[in-house]
Amino acid sequence: MIEAVRDAIREELARDERVFVLGEDVGRRGGVFLATDGFIEEFGENRIIDTPLAEASIAGIALGAALNGMRPIAEIQFADFIWPTFNQLLGEAAKARYGSNGKVSAPLVARTPYGGGVRGGLYHSQNVEAFFAHSPGLKVVAPATPYDAKGLLKSAVRDDDPVVFLEHKRTYRLVRGQVPDEEYTVPIGEAEVKIEGSHVSVITYGLMVHHCAEAARNLAQDDISVELVDLRTLAPMDRATVIDSVKKTGKALVVHEDTRTGGLGGEVAAVIAEEAFDHLDGPVVRLAGPDVPAMPFSPPLEAEFMLNTEKISAAIRRLASY
Amino acid sequence: MNIELPHVGESVTEGTISRWLVSPGDRVEKYDPLVEVITDKVNMEVPSPASGTMSNILVEEGETVLMGAVIAEMEVEGEEPDAEAEESPAPGVADAPDIDRIGLLSKDIAPVGPTGSGGVIAPIDGDTPNRRRRYSPAVRRLAERHGIDLTLISGTGIDGRVTRADVQARVNAESRTAASAEPDEERVPLTPVRRAIALNMVRSSTEIPQAWSSVEVDVTHLVRLRKSIKDDFRDREGVNLTYLAFVLHAVAATLRENPLLNSSWGTDAIIMKRRINVGIAVAAPSGLVVPVIRDADRLTIAELAVAVDSLSERARAGKLALEDVQHGTFTVNNTGVLGSVTSRALVNPPQAAILTTEAIIKRPVVIDDAIAIRSIMNVGLTFDHRIVDGAEAGAFTASVKRLLEGIGLDTQV
Repeated sequence: MIEAVRDAIREELARDERVFVLGEDVGRRGGVFLATDGFIEEFGENRIIDTPLAEASIAGIALGAALNGMRPIAEIQFADFIWPTFNQLLGEAAKARYGSNGKVSAPLVARTPYGGGVRGGLYHSQNVEAFFAHSPGLKVVAPATPYDAKGLLKSAVRDDDPVVFLEHKRTYRLVRGQVPDEEYTVPIGEAEVKIEGSHVSVITYGLMVHHCAEAARNLAQDDISVELVDLRTLAPMDRATVIDSVKKTGKALVVHEDTRTGGLGGEVAAVIAEEAFDHLDGPVVRLAGPDVPAMPFSPPLEAEFMLNTEKISAAIRRLASY
Repeated sequence: MNIELPHVGESVTEGTISRWLVSPGDRVEKYDPLVEVITDKVNMEVPSPASGTMSNILVEEGETVLMGAVIAEMEVEGEEPDAEAEESPAPGVADAPDIDRIGLLSKDIAPVGPTGSGGVIAPIDGDTPNRRRRYSPAVRRLAERHGIDLTLISGTGIDGRVTRADVQARVNAESRTAASAEPDEERVPLTPVRRAIALNMVRSSTEIPQAWSSVEVDVTHLVRLRKSIKDDFRDREGVNLTYLAFVLHAVAATLRENPLLNSSWGTDAIIMKRRINVGIAVAAPSGLVVPVIRDADRLTIAELAVAVDSLSERARAGKLALEDVQHGTFTVNNTGVLGSVTSRALVNPPQAAILTTEAIIKRPVVIDDAIAIRSIMNVGLTFDHRIVDGAEAGAFTASVKRLLEGIGLDTQV
């Protein structure tokens, strides 16, 4: 997965001179997850910029550059530290095109590793997607596979609007997948049915795609047919793919690692209730992280917080039998 | 004004437009026949509710619509074309049924569905009493689209809930014969009559616990009597003096004496019918129909013979009116005409019992330790065991047997 991210950035840097990278440790260190490993040698200090530990500045510089025609890729080292960028991203970048009546736009990408299950504790495990997905004007992308990560990151760089690009830390090394050698992109705003099925639609994104896929494969042995919808883009959400799937199965389970209240799952559930009510054959169910303030550091407690294949399987089983 | 398909009475919910007798632009007088309509019980003509000019026909021939649906529009003389349809009651709407208050109750009872889920009596789970009968939007939608009766499906979901898959399975099962496209099969669409019979028989066999018994009746004297008077009767009355008339007379008399079988099951009560309206099963070209002889207990054998002749004639010609088939309280089925000697009829819901008369056959029987040749007819009774037990049913058939065997050459018809 991390290689796919690295390749996408490298190819975009090579393709378009307006593209540059900035962030903490992205230069000399090559990024804490090595997403920009070797880039400073390849593209030079003017395009691979090490910044101070100041996320507000990183986002501000990226915003200013973007408004002036550049295509910055800002790395926020951990999503847990993205909060100081709120004013730049939500307050300004999201509104640039709208507020200027289309005269200017802010084509920046804010990449950030997010998510738990990595023994990261309170400050290296957070899920931040719901805050950004709530803000119209921002695009929020959360790929699950190397193929999608590379294709979507390229689309994000080329997009004329600000994109928050969320990379689940646990997928960096755990998830491996085929990526073609030739040039391709994956469009922003399109979900993908990762597994076709007929009994229950499971709608998710990010790391949970892999747990849900494993659950789907296990349940297939018990003749429970799961359709797995990977949202890929959280904002703007691909409502049509979700609705089509629910029309087919009549049952929907929304899964995310993020905490439950106010999470993306509520939005997906509402869309289904509004647009697929006549097709529902069971309650729309959310399976999400518990409403506690942060991912615990204690391993047993972290395991309790995180969703996994067993918890997802049990939820699917319950809904299938409804 | 709008012309509606009139409500014609109990358990008839829809009608199929068979033939329009007028076209847009035609002038019609009040009570002129406008359209022929097939319901699941009878065919009828809808008369014009007013004089005027037909302006629009809204339901094409062959289409089936609910009772009360607007089927055409007409411009009424002296009325502005766009004026609101007047609220005059459409003719053809049945007046209040001419049965007494208790009889009316039975009408309300009739449509009550089977007990429990899928017609199966199931223990009620105290914690989740409602889930079985609460249907999800998907289930309701699918059932509606395919005309599935959800009460006939036993659910496989949690607490017996009917799932979308359950409905789909039923849809698939029903269409499998059609969809399989076997070249040596043909799918014949149901006629309204066929559908009505099917629903009624399913209701009978799923809802009513039925028991059955049969007695042999020595009708030797009856055969003799009939033989001796039937030609005169035919000359005098113009109709055949059938055995059925004698049976009906005996049945009606027995029902008067033994009224428990002239009733309906009302879940928490037995609804006794004060009038004795005996239906006779007639094989019409379109299927089985059961025209009803009203107040059969007040008719003589001769009058019954005339009534039977008239009703079966009209049944075979498809000319029964709706009131001819309504309000039956008991049914007699003369299976003997088909050569049957034993048949186990299904009760005609919501009635309590049905009686069959089998073929009259000469048989050697033992009388006073001597063998005699007698004309024997089996009489069978199927009854709703919720309402009566074998003792009452036995008393009933014994009474019919006694009355038929008591007929002699001096019996007045």
